[in-house]
Amino acid sequence: MYTLFYKELLRFSKVMLQTVMAPVVTALLYLLVFSHVLDEHINVYDNVTYTAFLIPGLIMMSILQNAFSNSSSSLIQSKMTGNIIFVLLTPLSYLEFYLAFMLASIIRGLAVGLGIYLVAIFFIDLPLYSFGWMLLFGLAGSAVLGSAGIITGVWAEKYDHIAGIQNFIVVPLSFLSGVFYSIHSLPEFWQQLSRFNPFFYMIDGFRYGFFGVADVNPVISLLIVLAAWLALACATLIMLKSGYKLRD
Amino acid sequence: MIPAIQIDNVHKHYGKVHALRGMSLTIQQGEFFGLLGPNGAGKSTLINIIAGLTRKNSGNVTVMGHDVVKAYRQSRYSLGVVPQELVYDPFFNVRELLQIQAGYFGKGKEINPWIDELLEGLKLTDKADVNMQALSGGMKRRVLIAQALVHKPPVVILDEPTAGVDVELRNSLWQFVQGLHREGHTIVLTTHYLEEAENLCERIAIINDGAVVALDTKEALLERGVGKTCKVVITLAKPLEQIPVALQPMLKTHEQNRIEFTLQRGSDSIMALINTLVSAGAEISDIKTEDADLEDVFIELTRAVNQ
Repeated sequence: MYTLFYKELLRFSKVMLQTVMAPVVTALLYLLVFSHVLDEHINVYDNVTYTAFLIPGLIMMSILQNAFSNSSSSLIQSKMTGNIIFVLLTPLSYLEFYLAFMLASIIRGLAVGLGIYLVAIFFIDLPLYSFGWMLLFGLAGSAVLGSAGIITGVWAEKYDHIAGIQNFIVVPLSFLSGVFYSIHSLPEFWQQLSRFNPFFYMIDGFRYGFFGVADVNPVISLLIVLAAWLALACATLIMLKSGYKLRD
Repeated sequence: MIPAIQIDNVHKHYGKVHALRGMSLTIQQGEFFGLLGPNGAGKSTLINIIAGLTRKNSGNVTVMGHDVVKAYRQSRYSLGVVPQELVYDPFFNVRELLQIQAGYFGKGKEINPWIDELLEGLKLTDKADVNMQALSGGMKRRVLIAQALVHKPPVVILDEPTAGVDVELRNSLWQFVQGLHREGHTIVLTTHYLEEAENLCERIAIINDGAVVALDTKEALLERGVGKTCKVVITLAKPLEQIPVALQPMLKTHEQNRIEFTLQRGSDSIMALINTLVSAGAEISDIKTEDADLEDVFIELTRAVNQ
């Protein structure tokens, strides 16, 4: 299992410019634009500037999107080029297969998150209320999206399928999860709707690690995120065990 | 002795298509075994089932005594597969790829001397640090062989490994594979080049329509052909526009001045063949008769089943 995990790390590190640097730059551009326009107009939490509020959300959004990208793009590439056969011919179990891809997704997500954090703290004074909470949500959130990426990568038959899930599900859910706002600033209907979005709990809990303030109790958020992970992990393992679209 | 590969009454359905119809085969350790059959006969399905890439509907398959489903880890440790398609991972160079492949089988740095040996044996040493994308088709094919052997499996399956490979490379690949066989590896080969099977394999199974239609030593199979058919090659002074309808069942190839027929000994007559051709206006300049080769046996057997 370690080799498959290592191979996945090596794969994305060989194209670091595309897999880590590019998402960091994108997040920083969001930060530059939104903070410049809105910093003096919006105050979400007491004593927290809008720019500071925005950074954890952007970090988490990037962690989630990149964790999804890592497993889904690696799998679809391996399937399209046919080199997935070299993994399928080995004695690896479906559980090892899952763990290797999921762990690599977590590392990619966290690498992007760390990159954004390191650049952001050069310019903004960002508090860190609890490293533990922040890390827990970072790990659990990227595990959820890494698992979703595996399901998508196994299911997809062309790159277009991956792009579809990414653009029509992952990106909208992450944008509408409170990255740019607190859900308390939304009308009641949209507040309630946001509570059905698992990304909201990931971002809210992650932000709690920075400010010690959250829209929802972080313990509840963590339980919801862990439940989502458990559900997706079970679905992924059932899928892999059945050989769906991998072993006909 | 435990067979290298044991296949017992294996069935595989793809929807309504019955790809394997109760196939049974035993390949002994140390054999150089040929698996022949036309496209769609079920060769790849069978190989994929042995390798664990495809799941059978019923029956049993073992590799070195290990069930490919219940003891898949042990069976995969015992098996190396060279796939038919030229597939590779574009992110890595040759050495990285081999180290990764060995790692999947639990091999660490101790495997490096073997990787060096493989690279040398397959004339890849100077390409060890070259990215896969930069290699020629022939080089990629050699890397596929190295990948299949990197965990030192006792049984090696080569699925049409010389398709699209030039003659020189083909010969060097066969020398390498023959070396492996001499060292005690069991080799299973599928190929479209019947000449290859004839030259290399000790025993051959001909499969068609999901079933084994012949399984014997190469000599015995050729004997069947020799006993039943003979080849008549006729060279004409000038090309014949159309071969007479009466001769169509015997016709094997027709290229301008050269016409090749396969005749059934006992029932077909060479004289009748010549007379029919002359009546059709053919000017015969040369006639050769030859015993059947493996290709004739193959065509004969697969045709018989299709009829």
